[in-house]
Amino acid sequence: MTAELVRGQNHALDRTRVEIRITAGGPVVAAVTLGDAQGRLPGTEAVAHPGAPRRTGIEVPRQAAAEHRLAVDLGALPDAVHRVSVLLALPTGIGALTTFGAAAPPSVRVTDLDGTGLAGYTLTGLGAESAVVAVELYRRAGAWKVRAVGQGYADGLAALLRDQGLPQAAELAAEIEEAVGRGHARAVPAPAPAAASRPDGHAAPQPPAPDTTTPPAADRAAAAPPAPSDGHSAHAPAEHGPSVHAPSAHGPGPTAPTAEGATSTAPPAGAPVDYRHPKRRATPAPATPTPPVGAPGDPVSPASPPAPSLPVAGDAAGWSMEERLYNQVWGMFEDLTRSVAAYRSAFDFAESRLEQELDTALSDPRNRLGTAADAARATARDKHAALVTQARAALDRDLAQLAAESEVVEPALPPAFARWDSPVWQAHRSAQERPMALRLGDLHLPEVRDLRIPMLVRLPLERGLWIDCGPDTYAWRGPDPDRAYARRELGSALTDGPPDEAELRRLSLETAVALAARMLAVHPAGEFAVQVIDPGGTALPALAPLLETGVLPAAPVPGAQGVATVLEGLTRRVDLVQMAVRSRAADALPPDVDTADQLLIVHDFPHGFDDRAVTRLRYLADEGPAVGVHLLMVADRAQAREYGPVLDPLWRSLLRITPVPDAHLVDPWVGHTWTYEPPLAPRGSQVVRQVLARVAEARRERRS
Amino acid sequence: MSVNLSKGQGISLQKSDGGTLTAVRMGLGWRSAPRRGLFGRRTNEIDLDASAVLFAGRQPIDVVFFQHLVSDDGAVRHTGDNLVGGAGQGGDDEAILVDLARVPVHIDQIVFTVNSFTGQSFAEVQDAFCRLVDETTGEELARYTLTGGGDYTAQVMSKVHRTATGWQMTAIGEPSVGRTFQDLVPAILPHL
Repeated sequence: MTAELVRGQNHALDRTRVEIRITAGGPVVAAVTLGDAQGRLPGTEAVAHPGAPRRTGIEVPRQAAAEHRLAVDLGALPDAVHRVSVLLALPTGIGALTTFGAAAPPSVRVTDLDGTGLAGYTLTGLGAESAVVAVELYRRAGAWKVRAVGQGYADGLAALLRDQGLPQAAELAAEIEEAVGRGHARAVPAPAPAAASRPDGHAAPQPPAPDTTTPPAADRAAAAPPAPSDGHSAHAPAEHGPSVHAPSAHGPGPTAPTAEGATSTAPPAGAPVDYRHPKRRATPAPATPTPPVGAPGDPVSPASPPAPSLPVAGDAAGWSMEERLYNQVWGMFEDLTRSVAAYRSAFDFAESRLEQELDTALSDPRNRLGTAADAARATARDKHAALVTQARAALDRDLAQLAAESEVVEPALPPAFARWDSPVWQAHRSAQERPMALRLGDLHLPEVRDLRIPMLVRLPLERGLWIDCGPDTYAWRGPDPDRAYARRELGSALTDGPPDEAELRRLSLETAVALAARMLAVHPAGEFAVQVIDPGGTALPALAPLLETGVLPAAPVPGAQGVATVLEGLTRRVDLVQMAVRSRAADALPPDVDTADQLLIVHDFPHGFDDRAVTRLRYLADEGPAVGVHLLMVADRAQAREYGPVLDPLWRSLLRITPVPDAHLVDPWVGHTWTYEPPLAPRGSQVVRQVLARVAEARRERRS
Repeated sequence: MSVNLSKGQGISLQKSDGGTLTAVRMGLGWRSAPRRGLFGRRTNEIDLDASAVLFAGRQPIDVVFFQHLVSDDGAVRHTGDNLVGGAGQGGDDEAILVDLARVPVHIDQIVFTVNSFTGQSFAEVQDAFCRLVDETTGEELARYTLTGGGDYTAQVMSKVHRTATGWQMTAIGEPSVGRTFQDLVPAILPHL
C-alpha cells in the first residue's frame, strides 16, 4: 500500500532496490545527489545528472521529460553516502515552463521494481521555484527511509547545489543544462524545414520541434521552441512572432472558470492554467536575489533559510485525507492546549513572583523610610509586566500560526467535520462510506475566544450523549466574560438572570435534531436511522424537520406505551445482534431486524418511564454502542432525582454536552476547562432541513 | 564532533553562522544486564531514567520524566521509559527532546538528570553514557561516560539556560545518589 506523504513526513523503506517515478506538468530534468551524513556533497562526482547519468547504485535519465523513472540500488551505494536527494529542475532552454507554479504540481512515487507503490508525494504549493529537492532517501540506524522534502529554489539548480555545499555548483548546473540541451537535440527527429513547420506548428500538435539546424548552445540561447501544450501561452516569448497566435488556430482556449471563482483576476482565455491558489500568499522566494555572503562554496552560507512554512490542510499523518484532517485537528487542539498552558504558567509565575517581591519590599525594615520601597515595588511591577508581555507575545505568535492553520483547515473539512455554515454542506448529496469521526461542536478557551477547535469524536460513538437542559446548571454565579461573549457573538440563551427554561429546552431539542441530521447525512443511505421517545409529545415542533422530510417515518407514540415499544424493539435488536456477532452468524438474523445503526433520542426523561423502562434504557446505554445503538438523551438531571443514586452510573456513562456555550469539558493533556459550543445551524438557515431532505431522497433512491 | 565535557565547562548553543539552536535532545544509553542461569528473568535488570526539570528563577515549575512524558506546554518530550537498556551499541535508550523555541518565556533553565531507578551504581552498568545532541543536525554537543564514574546512582548532567541572545548549555556532571529526580533537587539547586 502506498503511503501518501506530506511535506516533512518520512516513511521507512523495507527494501533497497527501488524505482523512483516522477510525473510533472512539463519537461523536467531529474538528478540525484549523494550527500554525506550532513547532507553535503564532496564534489561533482556525487551528483548523477543527465551529463553523467550513472553513478554506483544510481541511474538517471539523460534528458528532460514529463515522466521519469530512476533506478536506485541503495545497497550498492558507498557507505559514506547517507542522503540521496532527488532533484527536479526546469530546463531553461527547452519547454516553456519557467516556474513549477505554472503547471500541475509534480509528483514523485517510490516504487518496488515491479511498480508496487511504497510511498508517494505530490509537491504542492510550489510557486516561483525552478529547481526543487523533491524527496530524499536517507540512512537512519542502518535502514533507509524516504522523506518528502519539497524544498524549492527560485534561483534554480545552481542555488540548490550550492545549498548542498557543492563548491562548483554554478559550473555543474551549467554542465547539466548543456547535457540536457544535447540530449534534447539528439532525441528529436530531424524536422521538416523550419520555415514550413513553424506556421502550422500549433494547428497540429506534434512533439517539440526545436530548430535543430542551429547548434544546441545557440538553441538554448534563442527562445524556447513551440512546445505543443504551451505554445499558445500568452507567456510565450515574443520571438515567435505574432503569426503563431491566431486564436482560431487553437479553437476554444481553456475556458476560464465560470463559477464564483472567476474574479477580476481571472486569466485571459488562452493563458496556461495557473495552479497556484488564488488567495494564498505566494511562497516567499526561498532564494533571495542577493548573493550569499562569503565565498560561493562556503558551506555554511544560508542560501535559503526555510521560511516559516505556510499551513496546509491535511498536514498530518494518515492514510486518507479524512484521517489526516482528523489528526491535524487533534494536533491543533493539542498545540492550542499547550500554548495556552505555557502562557498560563508564565502568567501565574509572574503573579506569584510579583506578590513575593512586594511582600519582601514591604517587610524589609530598611525600606520603611525613604523611597526605596516605592522603587522596589516599581521594579517588581516592571518585571511582572515585562514577563507578561513576553508571554503574551509568545502566545500571540502561536495563535497566529494556529489561526492561519484553522483558516485553511476549516474549508477543507469533509461534511462530518464541518460546521453547518461550511459550503460542503450545500454541496453534500449523500455519503458513500462511513466517516471516521463526527464534529460534536466547537471548543475554545477564554484567552482565545475567536479560535474554535472542532470537537471531533470517533464514530461509532463509544458512549451516548446527554444534552443537559436543566436550568439549574446554568444559573448565574457571577460576572462571566465568557458568557457575555457567548451572548453577544453566538446568541446564547444564557442571561445574567435565571436562564429561561423554555428557551433551554428549545435549544436542547434543536441541538439534538442538528446532531441527528448530521449523523444521518454522513452515513450512507440506509445505514443509519433515528428513533424518538417523547412520551409527552412536547418535542413535536422541534422534530418537524425530521418528520416533514420523512426521515422519521412517524411521530413518536405518546405515553408509556410508546416508551415501552421503542425500548423493547431496540433491546431485542441489541440482543439479537450481540448473539449474531458472538456466534458469527450475521446472516441468520431475522429479516425484520434493522441492521442500520440506530440513534435513540430520549426526550422528557423520566416522564413515562417505569422501573422496567429505566432498566432497559440503562441496558441500552451499556450494551448498545458496541452493536450500533446510540443514545442521545435530552434531559434535566434534577427531574430524575427521585431515582436517587441508581441513575448516577447512567449519567456518568454519557458524554454531557450543552445546548448553550458552557465551560465543562476538559482536555486530555493539561486539563484546561474548555467552553463547549453546540453544533447549531446559523439562525434562519435552512441547511439542516435541506440536508434531511437529501437524506430522504437518497433513501428513496436506494429502495427503488 | 562531540565535546567530552569536563565539569562546569559551558558551550553556547549558537551555531557558527549566528543562528540559535532550536531543538536539542538528551540521550541516555546503557547496556542491559547479562542474562545468565536457568531463571533468566531473575537477573537484575537495570533501569536508568532520564529526567528534565524546568526551572523559573530557582523554582521548579515542571518535570518531564517517565511518569509525565510531556511538559504541560509541550516543549519538552520524553520518548518513553526504557526499563532494561539496550544493546550498548551507542544508541539512545531513553531520550528527552526539547523544542527550545517553544519553551515558555518564564522558564530560564532546564536541568537534565540521570537516575538509576533499580539502584545499581554506574560502576556496575556497562556502556552507560548520556549526551546532548543538536536535534536539527544530529550533531553531538556533549557526552558523558557514566560507566566507571564511581559509586553513584545519579548524576546531574547538564543544564541549558537562557542568555541574552539565546540558549546556552553548561555541563554540570555532578554525581549524586538518588532513585528519582526528587532526590536530586538538593544537588541541583547549587548549580542554578
